[in-house]
Amino acid sequence: MRRIVIWLASTITIVVLLFGYHTSTNKSTSAATVPSASAPTATSSPQAGSSGNSSNIKTYTGSVAQTRWGPVQVKITVQDGKLSKVTVVQEPNGNRRDQEINDQALPILIDETVSAQSAKIDMVSGATVTSEGYLQSLQAAIDEAGI
Amino acid sequence: MNTTVVSRGAEGRIQRRVEHLMGMPISVALRGRHAASAAGLEAWHAVIDQLRHVDETFSTYRRDSIINRLDRGELTIAECPAEVSEVIELGRQAERVSNGAFSIMLPAGEGRRLDPSGVVKGWAAQRASEFLAALDDTDFCLSAGGDIVCHTADPNREAWRIGIEHPLDSKTLIAVVPIRSGGLATSGTAHRGAHLIDPRTGKSPSGVASVTVIASSLTWADIDATAAYVQGRDAARWLQTRTIRSALVVWADGTTTRLATNPDRRPNT
Repeated sequence: MRRIVIWLASTITIVVLLFGYHTSTNKSTSAATVPSASAPTATSSPQAGSSGNSSNIKTYTGSVAQTRWGPVQVKITVQDGKLSKVTVVQEPNGNRRDQEINDQALPILIDETVSAQSAKIDMVSGATVTSEGYLQSLQAAIDEAGI
Repeated sequence: MNTTVVSRGAEGRIQRRVEHLMGMPISVALRGRHAASAAGLEAWHAVIDQLRHVDETFSTYRRDSIINRLDRGELTIAECPAEVSEVIELGRQAERVSNGAFSIMLPAGEGRRLDPSGVVKGWAAQRASEFLAALDDTDFCLSAGGDIVCHTADPNREAWRIGIEHPLDSKTLIAVVPIRSGGLATSGTAHRGAHLIDPRTGKSPSGVASVTVIASSLTWADIDATAAYVQGRDAARWLQTRTIRSALVVWADGTTTRLATNPDRRPNT
Protein backbone atom coordinates (compact mmCIF):
# COMPACT_ATOMS: atom_id res chain seq x y z
CA MET A 1 0.00 0.00 0.00
CA ARG A 2 2.78 2.38 0.91
CA ARG A 3 4.50 1.78 -2.39
CA ILE A 4 1.34 2.50 -4.28
CA VAL A 5 0.97 5.89 -2.75
CA ILE A 6 4.56 6.83 -3.40
CA TRP A 7 4.56 6.00 -7.06
CA LEU A 8 1.05 7.30 -7.52
CA ALA A 9 2.42 10.62 -6.39
CA SER A 10 5.01 10.54 -9.13
CA THR A 11 2.61 9.33 -11.78
CA ILE A 12 0.16 12.06 -10.95
CA THR A 13 2.96 14.55 -11.36
CA ILE A 14 3.55 13.07 -14.76
CA VAL A 15 -0.04 13.21 -15.91
CA VAL A 16 -0.49 16.71 -14.65
CA LEU A 17 2.54 17.78 -16.64
CA LEU A 18 1.24 15.86 -19.57
CA PHE A 19 -2.12 17.47 -19.35
CA GLY A 20 -0.56 20.90 -19.11
CA TYR A 21 1.39 20.17 -22.24
CA HIS A 22 -1.68 18.93 -24.05
CA THR A 23 -3.71 22.03 -23.39
CA SER A 24 -0.91 24.38 -24.25
CA THR A 25 -0.26 22.81 -27.64
CA ASN A 26 -3.80 21.74 -28.44
CA LYS A 27 -2.51 18.26 -29.26
CA SER A 28 -0.79 19.37 -32.42
CA THR A 29 2.60 17.85 -31.79
CA SER A 30 3.42 14.19 -31.74
CA ALA A 31 5.65 12.33 -29.32
CA ALA A 32 5.81 14.99 -26.71
CA THR A 33 8.27 13.93 -24.11
CA VAL A 34 7.64 15.37 -20.71
CA PRO A 35 10.43 14.95 -18.23
CA SER A 36 9.42 14.59 -14.63
CA ALA A 37 11.60 15.59 -11.77
CA SER A 38 10.03 13.12 -9.40
CA ALA A 39 10.35 10.13 -11.71
CA PRO A 40 13.46 10.69 -13.75
CA THR A 41 13.05 7.73 -16.07
CA ALA A 42 9.42 8.40 -16.90
CA THR A 43 8.30 9.84 -20.18
CA SER A 44 4.81 10.27 -21.49
CA SER A 45 3.33 10.98 -24.84
CA PRO A 46 -0.14 12.38 -25.42
CA GLN A 47 -0.31 10.46 -28.69
CA ALA A 48 0.46 7.06 -27.26
CA GLY A 49 -2.67 4.97 -27.18
CA SER A 50 -4.90 7.97 -27.29
CA SER A 51 -8.52 7.49 -28.16
CA GLY A 52 -11.62 9.56 -27.99
CA ASN A 53 -15.21 8.29 -27.95
CA SER A 54 -16.86 11.63 -28.08
CA SER A 55 -15.87 15.15 -28.78
CA ASN A 56 -15.36 16.12 -25.16
CA ILE A 57 -13.99 12.96 -23.52
CA LYS A 58 -10.50 11.86 -24.45
CA THR A 59 -8.16 9.33 -22.96
CA TYR A 60 -4.42 9.23 -23.18
CA THR A 61 -2.12 6.44 -22.17
CA GLY A 62 1.34 7.34 -21.04
CA SER A 63 4.42 5.31 -21.78
CA VAL A 64 5.69 2.87 -19.19
CA ALA A 65 7.71 4.54 -16.48
CA GLN A 66 10.34 2.56 -14.65
CA THR A 67 10.32 3.30 -10.95
CA ARG A 68 12.38 1.81 -8.21
CA TRP A 69 9.43 -0.44 -7.37
CA GLY A 70 8.73 -1.57 -10.92
CA PRO A 71 7.03 -0.36 -14.08
CA VAL A 72 4.12 2.06 -13.91
CA GLN A 73 1.79 3.11 -16.68
CA VAL A 74 -1.20 5.39 -16.42
CA LYS A 75 -4.12 6.39 -18.54
CA ILE A 76 -5.86 9.70 -18.10
CA THR A 77 -9.32 10.80 -19.06
CA VAL A 78 -9.89 14.37 -20.06
CA GLN A 79 -13.44 15.62 -20.10
CA ASP A 80 -14.34 19.08 -21.31
CA GLY A 81 -10.74 20.11 -21.06
CA LYS A 82 -10.35 18.96 -17.46
CA LEU A 83 -8.50 16.01 -16.07
CA SER A 84 -11.29 13.81 -14.78
CA LYS A 85 -9.75 10.43 -14.11
CA VAL A 86 -6.48 8.65 -13.79
CA THR A 87 -6.41 4.92 -14.37
CA VAL A 88 -3.27 3.05 -13.53
CA VAL A 89 -3.00 0.40 -16.22
CA GLN A 90 0.21 -1.08 -14.92
CA GLU A 91 1.62 -0.93 -11.46
CA PRO A 92 4.46 -2.74 -9.72
CA ASN A 93 2.31 -5.43 -8.13
CA GLY A 94 0.38 -6.08 -11.31
CA ASN A 95 -2.98 -4.84 -10.13
CA ARG A 96 -5.19 -2.33 -11.78
CA ARG A 97 -6.29 0.58 -9.74
CA ASP A 98 -8.56 3.43 -10.57
CA GLN A 99 -8.02 6.75 -8.97
CA GLU A 100 -10.67 9.34 -9.51
CA ILE A 101 -9.22 12.79 -9.62
CA ASN A 102 -11.66 14.82 -7.66
CA ASP A 103 -11.67 16.80 -4.51
CA GLN A 104 -12.23 13.74 -2.35
CA ALA A 105 -9.28 11.83 -3.71
CA LEU A 106 -6.70 14.51 -4.22
CA PRO A 107 -5.07 14.76 -0.83
CA ILE A 108 -3.43 11.39 -1.14
CA LEU A 109 -0.12 13.00 -1.86
CA ILE A 110 1.50 12.87 1.51
CA ASP A 111 4.90 14.26 0.69
CA GLU A 112 7.60 13.15 3.03
CA THR A 113 10.38 14.62 0.95
CA VAL A 114 10.12 18.28 1.74
CA SER A 115 11.82 19.75 4.72
CA ALA A 116 10.09 22.12 7.09
CA GLN A 117 12.61 24.76 6.27
CA SER A 118 12.00 24.95 2.56
CA ALA A 119 8.31 24.21 2.21
CA LYS A 120 5.50 26.72 2.28
CA ILE A 121 3.18 25.51 5.00
CA ASP A 122 -0.18 26.98 6.01
CA MET A 123 -0.83 25.01 9.21
CA VAL A 124 0.84 22.39 11.31
CA SER A 125 -0.72 19.24 12.70
CA GLY A 126 0.87 17.40 15.57
CA ALA A 127 -0.02 15.46 18.65
CA THR A 128 -2.40 17.81 20.43
CA VAL A 129 -0.64 21.13 20.47
CA THR A 130 -1.26 22.69 23.86
CA SER A 131 -1.05 26.37 24.60
CA GLU A 132 2.10 25.80 26.63
CA GLY A 133 3.76 24.09 23.73
CA TYR A 134 2.41 26.56 21.26
CA LEU A 135 5.19 29.10 21.37
CA GLN A 136 7.69 26.41 20.58
CA SER A 137 5.61 24.92 17.85
CA LEU A 138 6.02 25.39 14.18
CA GLN A 139 2.55 26.81 13.99
CA ALA A 140 3.64 29.78 16.03
CA ALA A 141 6.37 30.52 13.54
CA ILE A 142 3.83 30.42 10.75
CA ASP A 143 1.43 32.73 12.53
CA GLU A 144 4.31 35.06 13.24
CA ALA A 145 5.43 35.15 9.64
CA GLY A 146 1.85 35.84 8.58
CA ILE A 147 2.23 33.76 5.44
CA MET B 1 -24.74 42.32 9.38
CA ASN B 2 -23.53 41.81 5.88
CA THR B 3 -20.66 43.46 4.18
CA THR B 4 -19.10 43.28 0.78
CA VAL B 5 -15.83 44.95 1.67
CA VAL B 6 -13.08 43.39 -0.35
CA SER B 7 -9.55 43.59 0.87
CA ARG B 8 -8.22 45.53 -2.08
CA GLY B 9 -4.89 44.61 -3.55
CA ALA B 10 -4.70 41.66 -1.20
CA GLU B 11 -5.57 38.91 -3.64
CA GLY B 12 -4.23 35.66 -2.26
CA ARG B 13 -3.17 37.26 0.99
CA ILE B 14 -3.78 35.16 4.07
CA GLN B 15 -5.37 36.63 7.15
CA ARG B 16 -4.55 34.82 10.39
CA ARG B 17 -6.16 34.90 13.80
CA VAL B 18 -5.43 32.96 16.99
CA GLU B 19 -7.32 32.50 20.26
CA HIS B 20 -6.44 30.27 23.16
CA LEU B 21 -9.31 28.12 24.33
CA MET B 22 -9.68 24.76 26.06
CA GLY B 23 -5.96 24.89 26.79
CA MET B 24 -4.98 24.98 23.17
CA PRO B 25 -4.51 27.46 20.37
CA ILE B 26 -7.36 27.84 17.91
CA SER B 27 -5.90 29.26 14.69
CA VAL B 28 -7.53 30.27 11.49
CA ALA B 29 -6.11 31.21 8.13
CA LEU B 30 -8.52 32.91 5.74
CA ARG B 31 -8.05 33.92 2.14
CA GLY B 32 -10.38 35.25 -0.48
CA ARG B 33 -13.23 37.69 -0.35
CA HIS B 34 -13.88 37.78 3.39
CA ALA B 35 -10.36 37.14 4.63
CA ALA B 36 -10.14 40.62 6.12
CA SER B 37 -13.76 41.76 5.99
CA ALA B 38 -16.12 42.51 8.86
CA ALA B 39 -18.14 39.42 7.92
CA GLY B 40 -14.98 37.36 8.12
CA LEU B 41 -14.22 38.69 11.57
CA GLU B 42 -17.80 38.09 12.66
CA ALA B 43 -17.62 34.47 11.50
CA TRP B 44 -14.39 33.99 13.43
CA HIS B 45 -16.03 35.37 16.58
CA ALA B 46 -18.94 32.97 16.04
CA VAL B 47 -16.45 30.09 15.81
CA ILE B 48 -14.79 31.08 19.06
CA ASP B 49 -18.10 31.67 20.86
CA GLN B 50 -19.37 28.27 19.85
CA LEU B 51 -16.16 26.53 20.90
CA ARG B 52 -16.30 28.31 24.26
CA HIS B 53 -19.84 27.07 24.70
CA VAL B 54 -18.73 23.53 23.79
CA ASP B 55 -15.98 23.74 26.38
CA GLU B 56 -18.47 24.82 29.06
CA THR B 57 -20.75 21.93 28.16
CA PHE B 58 -18.23 19.14 27.69
CA SER B 59 -15.22 20.00 29.84
CA THR B 60 -14.35 17.22 32.26
CA TYR B 61 -12.20 19.73 34.15
CA ARG B 62 -15.17 21.90 35.08
CA ARG B 63 -17.04 20.33 37.96
CA ASP B 64 -20.37 21.78 36.95
CA SER B 65 -20.15 21.13 33.24
CA ILE B 66 -23.17 19.34 31.82
CA ILE B 67 -21.08 16.31 30.98
CA ASN B 68 -19.86 15.95 34.58
CA ARG B 69 -23.36 16.40 35.94
CA LEU B 70 -24.56 13.72 33.52
CA ASP B 71 -21.77 11.43 34.67
CA ARG B 72 -22.76 11.95 38.31
CA GLY B 73 -26.38 11.20 37.51
CA GLU B 74 -27.55 14.69 38.35
CA LEU B 75 -28.94 15.02 34.83
CA THR B 76 -30.48 12.51 32.50
CA ILE B 77 -29.51 12.56 28.86
CA ALA B 78 -32.99 13.76 28.01
CA GLU B 79 -32.38 16.82 30.18
CA CYS B 80 -29.15 17.63 28.36
CA PRO B 81 -28.93 19.75 25.21
CA ALA B 82 -29.25 17.81 21.94
CA GLU B 83 -25.56 18.22 21.22
CA VAL B 84 -24.76 16.00 24.22
CA SER B 85 -26.64 13.04 22.84
CA GLU B 86 -25.10 13.72 19.44
CA VAL B 87 -21.60 13.48 20.92
CA ILE B 88 -22.44 10.41 22.97
CA GLU B 89 -23.87 8.69 19.92
CA LEU B 90 -20.68 9.50 18.01
CA GLY B 91 -18.70 8.01 20.88
CA ARG B 92 -20.76 4.84 20.72
CA GLN B 93 -20.22 4.52 16.99
CA ALA B 94 -16.50 5.04 17.47
CA GLU B 95 -16.37 2.37 20.15
CA ARG B 96 -18.22 -0.06 17.90
CA VAL B 97 -16.08 0.40 14.80
CA SER B 98 -12.83 0.28 16.78
CA ASN B 99 -13.80 -2.81 18.78
CA GLY B 100 -13.44 -0.82 21.96
CA ALA B 101 -10.06 0.78 21.20
CA PHE B 102 -11.89 4.06 21.34
CA SER B 103 -14.31 4.71 24.17
CA ILE B 104 -15.92 7.65 25.90
CA MET B 105 -16.12 5.58 29.10
CA LEU B 106 -12.57 5.69 30.39
CA PRO B 107 -11.13 3.73 33.30
CA ALA B 108 -11.11 5.80 36.48
CA GLY B 109 -10.14 4.14 39.72
CA GLU B 110 -12.42 1.16 40.27
CA GLY B 111 -14.96 2.10 37.66
CA ARG B 112 -15.30 4.17 34.55
CA ARG B 113 -16.17 7.77 33.94
CA LEU B 114 -17.81 9.52 31.07
CA ASP B 115 -15.15 11.41 29.11
CA PRO B 116 -16.12 12.27 25.54
CA SER B 117 -13.04 14.51 25.05
CA GLY B 118 -11.78 12.20 22.32
CA VAL B 119 -14.86 12.96 20.23
CA VAL B 120 -15.49 16.54 21.19
CA LYS B 121 -12.51 18.36 19.74
CA GLY B 122 -12.80 17.18 16.16
CA TRP B 123 -16.57 17.29 16.19
CA ALA B 124 -16.63 20.79 17.66
CA ALA B 125 -14.09 22.21 15.22
CA GLN B 126 -15.87 20.63 12.28
CA ARG B 127 -19.19 22.06 13.45
CA ALA B 128 -17.78 25.50 14.21
CA SER B 129 -16.13 25.64 10.80
CA GLU B 130 -19.59 25.96 9.26
CA PHE B 131 -19.55 29.64 10.16
CA LEU B 132 -16.46 30.04 8.00
CA ALA B 133 -17.80 27.83 5.22
CA ALA B 134 -20.78 30.17 4.93
CA LEU B 135 -18.50 33.03 3.88
CA ASP B 136 -18.91 33.65 0.20
CA ASP B 137 -15.86 32.95 -1.97
CA THR B 138 -13.61 32.51 1.04
CA ASP B 139 -11.16 29.74 1.83
CA PHE B 140 -10.26 28.76 5.36
CA CYS B 141 -8.00 26.52 7.31
CA LEU B 142 -9.11 26.13 10.93
CA SER B 143 -6.88 24.43 13.46
CA ALA B 144 -7.98 23.34 16.93
CA GLY B 145 -4.72 22.42 18.60
CA GLY B 146 -3.37 20.86 15.43
CA ASP B 147 -6.55 19.17 14.26
CA ILE B 148 -7.53 20.91 11.08
CA VAL B 149 -10.53 21.63 8.86
CA CYS B 150 -9.74 22.92 5.37
CA HIS B 151 -12.09 24.47 2.88
CA THR B 152 -11.45 25.97 -0.52
CA ALA B 153 -14.41 27.76 -2.05
CA ASP B 154 -13.05 27.57 -5.58
CA PRO B 155 -11.64 24.14 -6.49
CA ASN B 156 -9.22 25.81 -8.88
CA ARG B 157 -7.47 27.65 -6.08
CA GLU B 158 -4.38 26.14 -4.59
CA ALA B 159 -4.72 23.65 -1.77
CA TRP B 160 -3.87 24.45 1.81
CA ARG B 161 -0.58 22.88 2.75
CA ILE B 162 -0.56 21.11 6.09
CA GLY B 163 2.72 20.21 7.69
CA ILE B 164 2.79 17.09 9.86
CA GLU B 165 5.03 17.54 12.83
CA HIS B 166 7.67 14.89 13.36
CA PRO B 167 6.52 13.10 16.54
CA LEU B 168 10.11 12.43 17.56
CA ASP B 169 11.37 15.94 16.75
CA SER B 170 8.74 18.67 16.99
CA LYS B 171 11.04 21.18 15.31
CA THR B 172 10.79 19.41 11.99
CA LEU B 173 8.04 18.20 9.72
CA ILE B 174 7.81 14.61 8.65
CA ALA B 175 5.36 15.25 5.82
CA VAL B 176 3.34 17.85 3.99
CA VAL B 177 -0.23 17.25 2.83
CA PRO B 178 -2.06 19.47 0.36
CA ILE B 179 -5.77 19.62 1.19
CA ARG B 180 -8.46 21.67 -0.50
CA SER B 181 -11.39 20.50 1.57
CA GLY B 182 -11.49 18.01 4.39
CA GLY B 183 -10.27 17.24 7.86
CA LEU B 184 -6.86 16.21 9.13
CA ALA B 185 -6.07 15.04 12.64
CA THR B 186 -2.96 13.76 14.33
CA SER B 187 -2.92 11.64 17.47
CA GLY B 188 0.16 11.02 19.51
CA THR B 189 1.79 12.00 22.72
CA ALA B 190 4.51 14.44 21.62
CA HIS B 191 3.26 17.47 23.54
CA ARG B 192 1.51 15.98 26.50
CA GLY B 193 3.35 12.87 27.52
CA ALA B 194 1.53 9.57 27.56
CA HIS B 195 -2.08 10.65 27.94
CA LEU B 196 -3.75 8.35 25.45
CA ILE B 197 -4.63 4.92 26.73
CA ASP B 198 -6.31 1.84 25.40
CA PRO B 199 -9.60 1.82 27.33
CA ARG B 200 -9.63 -1.97 27.22
CA THR B 201 -6.33 -2.31 29.06
CA GLY B 202 -5.78 1.11 30.64
CA LYS B 203 -2.30 1.08 29.15
CA SER B 204 -0.53 3.39 26.74
CA PRO B 205 0.01 1.95 23.28
CA SER B 206 3.46 0.95 22.22
CA GLY B 207 5.23 0.84 18.91
CA VAL B 208 3.56 3.90 17.42
CA ALA B 209 4.61 7.54 17.73
CA SER B 210 1.80 9.31 15.89
CA VAL B 211 -1.09 8.70 13.53
CA THR B 212 -2.36 11.30 11.07
CA VAL B 213 -5.66 10.73 9.30
CA ILE B 214 -7.15 12.73 6.45
CA ALA B 215 -10.88 12.27 5.90
CA SER B 216 -13.77 14.19 4.47
CA SER B 217 -14.68 15.48 7.92
CA LEU B 218 -12.50 16.30 10.89
CA THR B 219 -14.99 14.59 13.17
CA TRP B 220 -14.02 11.15 11.88
CA ALA B 221 -10.43 11.98 11.04
CA ASP B 222 -9.93 12.79 14.72
CA ILE B 223 -11.74 9.69 15.99
CA ASP B 224 -9.92 7.40 13.58
CA ALA B 225 -6.52 8.90 14.37
CA THR B 226 -7.06 8.36 18.09
CA ALA B 227 -8.57 4.89 17.70
CA ALA B 228 -5.67 3.84 15.45
CA TYR B 229 -3.06 5.31 17.75
CA VAL B 230 -4.24 3.44 20.84
CA GLN B 231 -4.03 0.20 18.88
CA GLY B 232 -0.26 0.57 18.75
CA ARG B 233 1.31 -1.83 16.30
CA ASP B 234 -2.09 -2.62 14.78
CA ALA B 235 -2.69 1.05 13.87
CA ALA B 236 -2.05 0.76 10.13
CA ARG B 237 -3.83 -2.59 9.83
CA TRP B 238 -6.95 -1.20 11.44
CA LEU B 239 -6.89 2.00 9.36
CA GLN B 240 -7.06 -0.09 6.22
CA THR B 241 -10.57 -1.08 7.23
CA ARG B 242 -11.69 2.52 7.49
CA THR B 243 -13.21 5.04 5.11
CA ILE B 244 -10.49 7.62 5.04
CA ARG B 245 -8.70 9.44 2.29
CA SER B 246 -5.23 8.76 3.53
CA ALA B 247 -3.17 8.31 6.64
CA LEU B 248 0.38 8.48 7.87
CA VAL B 249 1.53 6.27 10.72
CA VAL B 250 4.85 7.14 12.29
CA TRP B 251 6.24 4.24 14.27
CA ALA B 252 8.23 4.53 17.46
CA ASP B 253 11.46 3.90 15.56
CA GLY B 254 10.75 6.78 13.18
CA THR B 255 9.77 4.65 10.20
CA THR B 256 6.47 5.44 8.50
CA THR B 257 3.56 3.75 6.79
CA ARG B 258 1.40 5.66 4.34
CA LEU B 259 -2.09 4.55 3.49
CA ALA B 260 -4.55 5.64 0.87
CA THR B 261 -7.99 4.17 0.68
CA ASN B 262 -10.88 4.66 -1.61
CA PRO B 263 -13.32 7.00 0.13
CA ASP B 264 -16.27 5.20 -1.45
CA ARG B 265 -15.18 1.75 -0.49
CA ARG B 266 -17.24 1.15 2.60
CA PRO B 267 -19.33 3.01 5.11
CA ASN B 268 -17.92 4.28 8.35
CA THR B 269 -20.17 2.52 10.75
